[in-house]
Amino acid sequence: MSAVKLENIVKKFGDFTAVHPMSLDLPEGSFVTFLGPSGCGKTTTLRMIAGLLDPTDGGIYVGDRQINDVPIHKRNLGIVFQNYALFPHKTVADNVAFGLKHRNVPKEERERRVREALELVQLPHLANSYPKQLSGGQQQRIALARAIVVEPDVLLLDEPLSALDANLREDMRVELKRIQEQIGITTIFVTHDQSEALAMSDILVVMSNGRVEQVGDPKDIYTNPQSRFVADFLGTSNILEATVAEENGVAGVKTDAVGFVPLSSAQMDKLVGAANSYLVMRAEKIELLAADAPADDRLTFTGKVEAVDYQGQLVRYFVEVNGEKFQVLNMLGTDGAMKEGQTVSVRFKSEDCVAVGEDA
Amino acid sequence: MSIETREARQPWILLSPALTSILLLLIVPLMFIVVYSFWLRTATGADQVGFYLDNWAEVLTDEFYRDILLQTLWIALVTTGVCALMGYPAAYFIARSKGNKAIMLLLLMLPFWISYIIRTMSWINILGVSGAFNSVLISIGIIDEPLQLLYNQVTVILGLVHFLLPFMILNIYVSLEDIDINLEDAACSLGASRWQTFLEVTLPLSLPGLAAGGLLCFVLGAGTYITPVILGGPRDAMFANLVFEAIITQLDWPLGSVLSLVLIAVLGSIVLVYNRFLGMRQLMKGLA
Repeated sequence: MSAVKLENIVKKFGDFTAVHPMSLDLPEGSFVTFLGPSGCGKTTTLRMIAGLLDPTDGGIYVGDRQINDVPIHKRNLGIVFQNYALFPHKTVADNVAFGLKHRNVPKEERERRVREALELVQLPHLANSYPKQLSGGQQQRIALARAIVVEPDVLLLDEPLSALDANLREDMRVELKRIQEQIGITTIFVTHDQSEALAMSDILVVMSNGRVEQVGDPKDIYTNPQSRFVADFLGTSNILEATVAEENGVAGVKTDAVGFVPLSSAQMDKLVGAANSYLVMRAEKIELLAADAPADDRLTFTGKVEAVDYQGQLVRYFVEVNGEKFQVLNMLGTDGAMKEGQTVSVRFKSEDCVAVGEDA
Repeated sequence: MSIETREARQPWILLSPALTSILLLLIVPLMFIVVYSFWLRTATGADQVGFYLDNWAEVLTDEFYRDILLQTLWIALVTTGVCALMGYPAAYFIARSKGNKAIMLLLLMLPFWISYIIRTMSWINILGVSGAFNSVLISIGIIDEPLQLLYNQVTVILGLVHFLLPFMILNIYVSLEDIDINLEDAACSLGASRWQTFLEVTLPLSLPGLAAGGLLCFVLGAGTYITPVILGGPRDAMFANLVFEAIITQLDWPLGSVLSLVLIAVLGSIVLVYNRFLGMRQLMKGLA
C-alpha cells in the first residue's frame, strides 16, 4: 500500500500525444478514478502506471520508489483487466495462486491466502471451477481476488465493470468499494461511467483529450466545475454564453436568454482572464411550475415545453426560454408531468449557477 | 416450403457433390484395395482371385517391412520435431507482430504456388555435387573436392521440413492468435517474468495448435513418397515407396494393397489417438 505520484508524465505515439504533461499526487489508501470519454488518455495513463506502456517523459513513483524502469513483473501492482483475463486453463484457485507462486510463497501459506482472498470476494466454493464455468460477475470477483491476494502496493482497475449488465454493475460497485475500504489499498480506477466515478471515488480525475481537466472531491467537481468540458461531461447542464457584467453594484454575468445573473466573487474569479465565459445551470436545479404559480424569490422566466422525456421518477423536459433551449430534470409532481406545448414558469436560484471560463 | 424445412435439407444438397466424390473416389477404391489384398499373385504374374492371407502374413512378419515402417515413422517424427522448433518462433512472430499480418501469411503460403516436386528438386541445385553450396566452398578454397551432401536421411528430412513447415506455422499461428494478449499482461503483472509467462500461459494455451500442426506434419510426412525418391539414397526408402515399388514396378497389386492398408491403419490409429486426447476441433480450426 503506497501513495502514487505522477510527475509530468507524457505519452506520445508517433506524432500523436495521447497524454500531455500530467502531474498527480494520489495519497495512500485513496480510491482514485480517472474519468473521461474514450480517447481521453485515461487508459493510457493507467497502462503507464501498470508498466504496460513506457511514458515518453516524466516520472512515476509508488511510495518513494521511481518505477519507470522497473519491469512490470517487479512492480508489485495488482491489475484487473476489462475482460478479467483469467487464465482459462487454470482453476480458480490456481488463478488466484499464480502471483503467490511467483513470489515463492510456501505452499501452506499460499493455500491459506488463496482461501482468504476467495472468502473476501465471497466465492470460496468456486475454488476448483474453471473460469469458463463462471458468470461475468463471478469472473470479475476472481480477477479482483487474484490481483489483491499478492498484497500489491497499488490496485489498478481498467473499466472492470463495463462488461457487466446494469443491475450487477451496481452491486459490484458497492462490493468493490467495500473490499477496497476493508484492505485499504490505494486504488486507481478507470471508467467512462460518471455515476460509477461519482459514487466510488475519494478523488476524481476528469480527463479530456489527453489532459487533466479537474482533480478533486467528486461532489466539488460536480457542483463547481472548473471548465466547460467538465460542466458538460458530468450530469446534464445548460451552458449559456455569457459576458461579465455588473448591475446595481453586484457582479454577475449577462446572457441572452436569462439576462443578468448575479454570481459570487468565487465564481467571478473563475472568469478572470478567460477569453470566453459561460453560465452553467444544472438541469435538476431548474424547476418548472404552472404558469400561474405564485411568485417567489427565485429568478423567474416564462417558457414553453417542447418535449417531454418520461424517465420514471424523473422527467426530462426540453423547454424554450427566450429562444434558448433548456434541459430540465424534475421529480414527477403529484399533479403529473407538464404537457408538450404548455406554457410554464421556469425558476432557478442564482446561487445554483456557476461560471466557467475558457482560454482562447 | 418453410425456411425451417429448407434449412434442414440445405446441408445435404450442398454437400452431395463432395459426398458423392468421396464415395466414388475414396471409399469404393479403398474397398477394391481391401479385396485385392486377399488375392495372390502367381508366378506367371497373373492375379489369383480368392481369399489368401499369404501377403498379410508376409508383410506382418517380415522384418524388412517392419524396419522400413519404423524408419518411416522415425523420419516423420524428426521432421515434426524440427518443424515445431522452427515453426513456433515464426508463428509467434507473425501472431504478435503489429505489422501487416496478411502480407506475412501470404509470404508463408507463397511456396504452395510452386509444385512440391520442383521445390524438392531445388535442393539438388543447392546441395548437389555442382550445386551452389559446393561451388561456393570450392571457390573460396575451403574444399578441393565437392562434398556428397545429398541422398541421405538428413536430406530427406530437410526436404520434408521444407514442404511441411508452413502447415506447422499456420496451425500454431491460429492458436496463438486466439490467445488474449491481456492474459500475458496479467501474468507479468502478477510477477511472472516473460519466460515464465510463456511457459505457464502462452505455451499451454497454444498446445492445441502445436498438436494439430504436429499431427498434420507427421501424417503427411509419414505418407510421403516423392521426397525420398528425389532426395534420399537407396537405403532411405519410406513406406510409401514400398507401395510404389510393389504396384508400379513389380505389378504385384495384392502385395501393394496390403502395404497400403498397413500404412493407412498405422496412420489412422495415430489420428484416433490424437482425437481421443486433443480432439479434432483444433485441427479443423488450423485448416480453415
